[in-house]
Amino acid sequence: MPTSYEFVDGVTSDISFVARADTLEGLFAAAADALVSATVEDPGSVRELEDRPLSLEEPDLELLMLCFLNELIYLRDAHELLLRPKELRIHREGSPRLEARLVGERFLPQRHRSETEVKAATAHGLRVATGAGGWEARVTLDI
Amino acid sequence: MAAPAGLRRIGPATYELGTDYRPGMRVPVRVFAGEKLLGEMDDQVFVQAANVATLPGIVEASFCLPDAHWGYGFPIGGVAAMDIDSGVISPGGIGFDINCGVRLVRTNLTWREVKPRLRELMDSLAARVPAGVGSRGNVRVSRDEFCEVLESGAAWAVRNGYGTPEDLEHTESGGCFAEADPERVSERAIERGFRQIGTLGSGNHYLEVQVLRPDGVHHAELARAFDLDVPEQVVVMFHCGSRGFGHQVATDYLQTFLRAMPKQFGLPIVDRELACAPFTSGPGRDYFAAMCCAANMAFANRQVILHRIREVFSKLFRRAPEELGIRNVYDVSHNTAKIERHVVAGVERRLLVHRKGATRAFPPGHPELPAAYRSTGQPVIIGGSMETGSYLLAGVGGGGSSFFSTAHGSGRRMSRSRARKLVRGAELRDRMEKRGIVVRAASLRGLAEEAGLAYKDVDEVAEAAELAGLSRRVAYLVPVGNVKG
Repeated sequence: MPTSYEFVDGVTSDISFVARADTLEGLFAAAADALVSATVEDPGSVRELEDRPLSLEEPDLELLMLCFLNELIYLRDAHELLLRPKELRIHREGSPRLEARLVGERFLPQRHRSETEVKAATAHGLRVATGAGGWEARVTLDI
Repeated sequence: MAAPAGLRRIGPATYELGTDYRPGMRVPVRVFAGEKLLGEMDDQVFVQAANVATLPGIVEASFCLPDAHWGYGFPIGGVAAMDIDSGVISPGGIGFDINCGVRLVRTNLTWREVKPRLRELMDSLAARVPAGVGSRGNVRVSRDEFCEVLESGAAWAVRNGYGTPEDLEHTESGGCFAEADPERVSERAIERGFRQIGTLGSGNHYLEVQVLRPDGVHHAELARAFDLDVPEQVVVMFHCGSRGFGHQVATDYLQTFLRAMPKQFGLPIVDRELACAPFTSGPGRDYFAAMCCAANMAFANRQVILHRIREVFSKLFRRAPEELGIRNVYDVSHNTAKIERHVVAGVERRLLVHRKGATRAFPPGHPELPAAYRSTGQPVIIGGSMETGSYLLAGVGGGGSSFFSTAHGSGRRMSRSRARKLVRGAELRDRMEKRGIVVRAASLRGLAEEAGLAYKDVDEVAEAAELAGLSRRVAYLVPVGNVKG
């Protein structure tokens, strides 16, 4: 499934990105890629050595996106893990529910060149929407 | 970018937007700035400040300081005071990096003495004060000890050998917010923070070696009172906050407030970024107690970094820190909410003052100032961009018009992504080196985002703060070395 993200102008002190994908699952994966790209210079250098399950349930898709990214930030800061979803499923009946298998590795300064330590994903201008072109999300990361 | 049509000038470097600017405003927006700074402010600054003016319990006005720029929820460079009984507390009015702040450290050393050793000095400072993604501090504490840090702030550090009691006297609130309660913070916040004491972080955080040139003295008497009394004096300024701990506290409570606003408080979520809770509610008090813990983590963090600076200078110049005269001039907080007494319409009231990207600036005679600064007014530090310089200022009597608050930095005028498109980190580093500023950066992309062109003119910010009667300039400090997160 085609997915992409690009960093865009937004809040002057922070970083905003727009992620796009054909599917909702692809959109969350693209947002995770954007987060890893903001954190380390070469996201491709992150190997799949660690494995973590993740389950989240939130009242709507935007809060689900917010909590998903903040979960990845927590895992990086508290457990030094750079993670992305390997498998991801979103159930939209009732409150949206996310089930994912996250893979990645520990942040190693000698292997991963540091970019920015993202403090949090914020609700500022947060948008998750679908249209003719597929799914799109806009997220602002506090730097 | 253009100021809104309804903005009218009401004083030197002071402008006001009436409550008719946007629906629901309870108070006006008041902007402190010169004409050029006003023109450089993002349109969203005025929109955000007007949104803040709609919050329950806001008193007097929603304030924008001369360095104001578009932030998350509230503008950065914003001040909002809420009535204790009827007002709200909002994480967006404090920021994710709770008690991000700046500390200025003076030495007896002159530029002539330091210049030949500058590269060694910057290498040692970069090694002893970890910066960048995943940086871990050299202070090992258990989970229980970390809770002591959260309760005691900088005093914990001094008790454990990282500094002196005089350091605490020269720190805002003595380096401790007394209302802290570690029971109100999550395990996740503790997990993120307990290995990060003594670290700088990234983004706009830095540690700078600076020089006070003779032409940088704006007020000689106050400069002497602030311990800046050596010709070509070398000082150290650093900027950092509560690290992952504070970020998680903000994240936790934002999510709590968003869930509780419609159900528990009956407050509509007009904008998620303005999530808030009545200050007297359970979640409101819990967040305040947790926010105070994060403020204390930040004070302890900066206290340990001061200790590392003393160690580095002492080792390199082979003299004891006391002999080198390494003393804390002052430590100011930027991102906090504090209970303070202020006179509003002739009546003294207890208010919860949110300062986001703003510095408290108490005037001479204020009872909360330490004896050393009771007659001078509070030292205020405005950190400029790493390519230009920074200011030391002092609080003044006129500052009551902003609940004794002034600017905190030069303020961004360009987004990070735009700065990255215009500047290459390696070229910037080389250019700064040619100009005599030694750079040690954890990330070249991060360095590019912090280029001088991304910031407003710090001279104009400091001047506007003085013209508006919020603070007065004391000294201008020039960077010669920078450790960048």
